[in-house]
Amino acid sequence: MTAVDVEPTPRRDRLPRRTLRDPLAAGCLAVLALVIAASLAAPLLTDYVPDHSVMADTLAPASDAHPLGADGVGRDVLSRLLYGGRTSLLGGTLAVLVAFAVGGPLGVISGFYRGWFDAVAGWIVNVIMAVPAIIVMLVVMAAVSQDLNVAMVVLGVIMAPMVFRLIRASVIAVREELYVDAARVSGLGDGRVMRRHVLPVVVAPSVIQATQVFAVAIGIQAGLAFLGLGKASQASWGAMLGDAFTNIYNAPVLLLWPGVAMGLTILASSLLGNAVRDALGPTGPRPVRKRRKRVVRQSAPAADVPADRLLTVEGLRVSYPKPDGEKSVVEGVSLTVARGEVLGLVGESGSGKSQTAFSVLGLLPDDAEVTADRLAFDGQDLLGMDTAALNRMRGHGIGYVPQEPMSNLDPCFRIGFQLVEPMRTHLGLSRAEARSRALGLLERVGIPDPERVFRSYPHQISGGMAQRVLIAGAVSCDPRLLIADEPTTALDVTVQAEVLDLMRSLQQEHAMGMVLVTHDFGVVADICDRVAVMRGGRIVETAPMRQIFAAPGHPYTRTLLASTLDGGPVRGEPSARPGAGEPLKGMTS
Amino acid sequence: MTVPLLELDDVVVEYPAKGRGGKPFRVLHGISLTIAPGETLGLVGESGSGKTTLGRAVLGLAPVTGGEIRYGGRAVSRLGKRERRALSEDIQVVFQDPFTSLNPAMTVLDILTEPLLVTGVARRDAEQRVRTLLDRVYLPHDAAHRLPREFSGGQRQRIAIARALCRDPRLIVCDEPVSALDLTTQARVLDLFTEIQEATGVAYLFITHDLSVVRHISHRVAVLYRGDIVETGAAAQVTEAPEHAYTRRLLLAAPVPDPDRQARRRAERQKEAAS
Repeated sequence: MTAVDVEPTPRRDRLPRRTLRDPLAAGCLAVLALVIAASLAAPLLTDYVPDHSVMADTLAPASDAHPLGADGVGRDVLSRLLYGGRTSLLGGTLAVLVAFAVGGPLGVISGFYRGWFDAVAGWIVNVIMAVPAIIVMLVVMAAVSQDLNVAMVVLGVIMAPMVFRLIRASVIAVREELYVDAARVSGLGDGRVMRRHVLPVVVAPSVIQATQVFAVAIGIQAGLAFLGLGKASQASWGAMLGDAFTNIYNAPVLLLWPGVAMGLTILASSLLGNAVRDALGPTGPRPVRKRRKRVVRQSAPAADVPADRLLTVEGLRVSYPKPDGEKSVVEGVSLTVARGEVLGLVGESGSGKSQTAFSVLGLLPDDAEVTADRLAFDGQDLLGMDTAALNRMRGHGIGYVPQEPMSNLDPCFRIGFQLVEPMRTHLGLSRAEARSRALGLLERVGIPDPERVFRSYPHQISGGMAQRVLIAGAVSCDPRLLIADEPTTALDVTVQAEVLDLMRSLQQEHAMGMVLVTHDFGVVADICDRVAVMRGGRIVETAPMRQIFAAPGHPYTRTLLASTLDGGPVRGEPSARPGAGEPLKGMTS
Repeated sequence: MTVPLLELDDVVVEYPAKGRGGKPFRVLHGISLTIAPGETLGLVGESGSGKTTLGRAVLGLAPVTGGEIRYGGRAVSRLGKRERRALSEDIQVVFQDPFTSLNPAMTVLDILTEPLLVTGVARRDAEQRVRTLLDRVYLPHDAAHRLPREFSGGQRQRIAIARALCRDPRLIVCDEPVSALDLTTQARVLDLFTEIQEATGVAYLFITHDLSVVRHISHRVAVLYRGDIVETGAAAQVTEAPEHAYTRRLLLAAPVPDPDRQARRRAERQKEAAS
């Protein structure tokens, strides 16, 4: 065995750096830094004491003495703005610290250990959330302290439940990860598991939440001060707004300065949170989204097509736009399916087999670029078709059986409805006709109690049942071609055998053509007439099924067949046992 | 026979019912098994049979509510946290999904040194050991400084195997370790498992739904059906001439990559189902 090649990939960036590369985030940080610096440097920037009032300067306009003028009781506006910034920043910080000091540890412990602690914490948090915040703060300020900072501490407690819920949810999500189980099995204690695996995941959402709490706290603090609460000696933006409001007709400009300061600070803080969230998302610039292009390069005359030909694919290419050019997933695939023929499309993951099947159905994502020399179904050109014609073709002409039965049934609707709707649309049946046909189909696909399944929701039936339902749906409108994408991969082996039996008998009954995408040569041997082997977006070999097994032509086909384990030798007795006689390590420690 | 490495004696696993007064949900109804040192016991079952729960019970991740699990003769199913951690030196795991079993934020080096550093191994020794481990699973040394997302499924599973081997365990619980892999990758990873076993004498509890995989890797096979072991025996016997009806059904349902044999197998299965 040789060492496995690993493709080198570009270095990754840490979150702070990635955030800073966003110009919006950098701008927000600059604004916040400016506000903080100005507030801290207030004594250097102004000689006035913010609550010193000089009656002669009442509503004085901007001048050398008062760069921003003076307010309704003759206090210098600039000094109040700068010192007010201290109050706001301190208040916001207090609220954030208290909210996280209370909510953070509770959230981590609740999420990690669950059980009774979680139940009790959840109950307390609900009680706190039920209390109206503003009334509590008014009561505290009236009865306990006039200090705005005390109100902010109380606000922190009131906002702790938000932090609690966020952190608890993140911790629960990580706790379920297999790598946390693996860490426990590796012998890590709870403390280490938390520090190494759980807390790093919690940090980013916490930063985002902190910026929001900060912004909200500044707003609420200003609201309280505007109402006239707080100590008179405590300069604040809210108190400035209150003063400006009483003089709104004499000096409207007084509203401007605290308004701008608050607006900028709150905006910068909120946008910074958004930028951090964006930086957490997918990296790199997103490719420009194009409308789907389905292009026929040249429509060759259809004269040379044999009469029993159902599907013709020639020179099919599928690619996706990527930041660094295009990523090609199917590179010139040509295949044909005759009426009543089962074509196996075999390959490993990433070979392009599903992409090939989906382009026949016209079900590729919008940004996929599909071109082909020819893509024709029963004499009709599929690529040139508009959406309406394509919709008529799907279901009526081409049926589809997916890999994951459960995710292909809508959990909100009863199974009966999901079967009946397409038949009413495509076949124009009445409700009663469609219903009796659906019940007949459910019975045909081997569902023991069709009436009950008809009335059930998808979550009430098993995966094997769901796949039978989807097969019933796929054949309900008498398609001439069935495209099955790994239809049995998600099923247990005993169920797989029954579903394959069902598909074979339905295929023969209706003389349907079929494209069966699979990675399992056992399934190929069971049901296929011809086989196309795919690798790296190309077909390396197409041959009748028996020939593929008896005399595979391409080396890759031979490799694949050699990798199947069936019929291989069974392992004998355990032979070499070095260390088998040693004492067990766990016993000695 | 010598003292078994691992012995399960009438093990019951139940999960408490939702709400008050409900009946607990019993996943395993009294499982008895043994694994000898250096042996692979294949555990086959379909979804819902309880095979993953059995593996988790051995690892101490599922609650054992009845019976006893003995490791080297010592009862280990109700250990305290500290004692359980000490056992991690001997019993390790490789999970099915190589995409979620490695922490996406940690480099391979961090992942592989973590189990060593917790036991007080010096960082330099741990990093030396990582190089040996990467050699053992045929990954290049520069893989150490990459993140898991830079590797394919098969390569990630090699990293997971290297992590399991970190502390030279005596038993590895392998929970469907090749089910998420492509055919050719699957064969190579299975060969790696065999090679490591022959070199180190580690025992495997190899959990899978695939009879051909189990036949390839196991010395003995146990078949699990709805929380009960229905059949245990040598790999050749269970996978070629099964005694229990369920095992026979399982065997006949698995399609073989040979048109003629598959046609015979299908006919036989349909005959059996009809009778």
